[in-house]
Amino acid sequence: MILHTMIDYDTLRIIWWALIGIILGAYAITDGFDLGTGMLLPFVAKTDTERRIVINTVGPVWEGNQVWLILGGGAIFAAWPALYAVSFSGFYLAMFILLAALIVRPVAFKYRSKEESHRWRSRWDAALCITGFVPALIFGVAMGNVLLGVPFRLEPQTLRIFYDGTLLGLLNPFALLCGLVGVAMMVMQGASWIAVKTEGLVWERARYYGMAAAVLTVLLYALGGVALWLFVDGYQITSAVVTDGPSNPMMKTVATATAAWFANYQAHPWTLAFPALGLGGAALAGLSLLAHKDKLAFFFSSASIAGILINMGVVTFPFMLPSSIDPNASLTVWDASSSHFTLFTMLVATAIFLPLIMVYTLWVYRVMTGKVRHTDFNDHGPLRKPRPSGRGQARQFLTRAP
Amino acid sequence: MDLDIVTLSRLQFALTALYHFIFVPLTIGLSVIIAIMETVYVMTGKSIWRDMTKFWGTLFGINFAMGVATGVVMEFQFGMNWSYYSHYVGDIFGAPLAIEGLMAFFLEATFVGLFFFGWQRLSKVGHLTVTWLVAIATNFSALWILIANGWMQHPVGSVFNTDTMRMEITSFADVVFNPVAQAKFVHTVSAGYVMASVFVLGISAWYLLKSRHLQLARRSMTVASSFGLAAALSVIVLGDESGYLSGETQKMKLAAIEAMWQTEPAPASFTVIGIPDQAQATTHYGVHIPMVMGLIGTRSFDAVIHGIDDLVAANEARIREGLVAYDALEHIRAAKLKQQPVRQEHQDRFDTYGQYLGYALLLKPYLDDPRDATEAQIRQAAQDTVPSVATLFWSFRIMVGLGFLFLILMATFFYLSMTRGFERRPALLKFAICCVPLPWLAAELGWIVAEMGRQPWVIDGVLPTAVAYSDLSVTTVLFTIACFVALYTVLLIIEFKLMIKAIRKGPSVDTSAHAPVLVPRLSQRLIPGDPS
Repeated sequence: MILHTMIDYDTLRIIWWALIGIILGAYAITDGFDLGTGMLLPFVAKTDTERRIVINTVGPVWEGNQVWLILGGGAIFAAWPALYAVSFSGFYLAMFILLAALIVRPVAFKYRSKEESHRWRSRWDAALCITGFVPALIFGVAMGNVLLGVPFRLEPQTLRIFYDGTLLGLLNPFALLCGLVGVAMMVMQGASWIAVKTEGLVWERARYYGMAAAVLTVLLYALGGVALWLFVDGYQITSAVVTDGPSNPMMKTVATATAAWFANYQAHPWTLAFPALGLGGAALAGLSLLAHKDKLAFFFSSASIAGILINMGVVTFPFMLPSSIDPNASLTVWDASSSHFTLFTMLVATAIFLPLIMVYTLWVYRVMTGKVRHTDFNDHGPLRKPRPSGRGQARQFLTRAP
Repeated sequence: MDLDIVTLSRLQFALTALYHFIFVPLTIGLSVIIAIMETVYVMTGKSIWRDMTKFWGTLFGINFAMGVATGVVMEFQFGMNWSYYSHYVGDIFGAPLAIEGLMAFFLEATFVGLFFFGWQRLSKVGHLTVTWLVAIATNFSALWILIANGWMQHPVGSVFNTDTMRMEITSFADVVFNPVAQAKFVHTVSAGYVMASVFVLGISAWYLLKSRHLQLARRSMTVASSFGLAAALSVIVLGDESGYLSGETQKMKLAAIEAMWQTEPAPASFTVIGIPDQAQATTHYGVHIPMVMGLIGTRSFDAVIHGIDDLVAANEARIREGLVAYDALEHIRAAKLKQQPVRQEHQDRFDTYGQYLGYALLLKPYLDDPRDATEAQIRQAAQDTVPSVATLFWSFRIMVGLGFLFLILMATFFYLSMTRGFERRPALLKFAICCVPLPWLAAELGWIVAEMGRQPWVIDGVLPTAVAYSDLSVTTVLFTIACFVALYTVLLIIEFKLMIKAIRKGPSVDTSAHAPVLVPRLSQRLIPGDPS
């Protein structure tokens, strides 16, 4: 097969680095709002009706959203096997806790409404809240640890992986700060979503929490940037950089250096737009909520998440997972990928299916568009077409509801 | 049994995989049955068929949530517990998993929400399309996962790369059209159809016995028995058997399943039943039928089916060739690490024997450098290539026996539903109810045959299970096993209760044209009517 040589190996690596970013970004933006919605559930919704309204805002879509993570896992496995092997086994217990949350979450969504007892429902509500919080925190903590470097080494001959860290080692102050950024931005995203999809009291409360989360996102993210500058050494490749060599991480040398994580900004100053987008998007999301522009808030919040994630890529490029105990073993874009042929084949598959996914996902969102109301639960109601939102109706809802 | 890291990692994978497979086949089968029911609804316009779609859809939903939840665990576990495996074969194995997400799981998960929430928002045909998309996506999902598993059983289209120290893909088409994968796909999906048919049949039988929801039960029974009959035939006729002669380990698996200790003159006899004794390499009290095995296995009178003794001898020879490859690879790697040119003789030796490299790795559990192995260790490693014969022998026989039982069950009820005779036969209805758990037993035993039969390999002839693990501590894995068991047990009890509750409650009989399904029903009473 020679078809795959149409695209250079190093170009394919860059494309797949970007594609993983896109997939994880889509996950953070879409599942971000349902994780956030889960976290906010007990706070923005007090009565059972309110809670069901809030749950139903994500009911039809959370399942599809979560597939972005599953796709991300599969894509990392296929395109970056070394990254998949080292990170999933290295973060073993963190991954397990994440899995536990991801097991309980779908079940909580589906089973909550199946019993009427108050105890049953409030337990599942608590489960939704916790299982929204845990993944958000873990993803943030993981990003923090990638920036710090992870204690793994590779046996040079066989490339067998050895990991010297512990779960508690992952929970250092800097990584926890990153974890809080993750939580804050997903709460912001969830609150904007609830604001778009509901009315009345729930809408009011969601806006309140959303503004608070937006302020926290700005503050924590800025603090994280300062901490990264002051306290965290970056990594850089010290040998000649071979971009289309075989995927063997042991063929280069790497050293840590002060402010090495800021080198890409120096080389390409325009990339500073991304941290600016992260900060500015969050600030604008908060302001939009203040100004009752819910949809705009959701847009800015999503933009902020995208900015923060892209910035993560800008800062660390070409590193994917630096090793703190054997820097030479660090995984980079140039030496942790699949073979040329696999990257090409997977790109073809992605080029066919990813646009299709986008199209039908958008279609489903369109079908389910509009505010979720308690009247949607009515058994014998008329066939409901999506209605435009309006605060007049919200007032009505407030005054008429018992 | 020694609680080392390999055993524990295998135990955890087996537990989580078998648990995941409680939900998967029912999802596969039920999605199609529901789509058939809704098709009838759209074609005839009779509301009873919509009620049936919604009722079985409710049960489908309860089951689906668990399938999704436990499926994520499977995808993550390769990296978590089998990191050397992930590094070694990720270039090939990762691709079908990723494509499964792209092509199938995304479709399934996106449209399943619309299946439950979209009754009011979509036209009849629109909703039917959604339902079929869910069913098709679910089946495609199975296809890609089984392509991945088929490659583990019979690794085609790949070669070892001495630069990256891993297997890399050479032909994507070979991986996709792997005969073992295709046989597995048909077999597994049909098994799912049988499971769902028995499930629908059993619950309908219970309603008929209780004289409840008769309209729904009769029609469901007709659908289940006709669909189930076709599926049961397909499981047996197009069974996994067709894949057994394709690969080396598949041959060993077949020999172990049949407890064929020695090669017999063709055509070989078939052991119906007996007590396999692995230590003495013989089967006690065996009941043999002459010639049958040879005829089924090779479809000829003179082709030989190799017994375990022949296969072990062949594997011993491969281990010796694998050691040559291992030695050549060490020289190649040493040269490359020093950035010196690789000597041609080493490259030639590796090119000749590299395909048996995995056989040298079979010695790794005994010593660090396989080249230092003694004769006794080599013989022992060859002997290790025989899987647990008794496990396979019994699992396979129970599975096949159940397969024929389902065929008889479906044929009986198909006849009865044609003659409208099932309500007069309470004993048969009770029997149908008793059969409900059996497809699960058959399906789980099927996986035990497939995976235990491949041991000691994780990738047949390429990578032994004993070197594929992650270097985790024993206590860590023990901890996660305990947590999985606790979590999964609680969820299974909840799922079981909800299923029973939904079945007891039965279909919601609503006369309106646009009643929503599943989501609100239970608590509607709590909520005041529309103020307008």
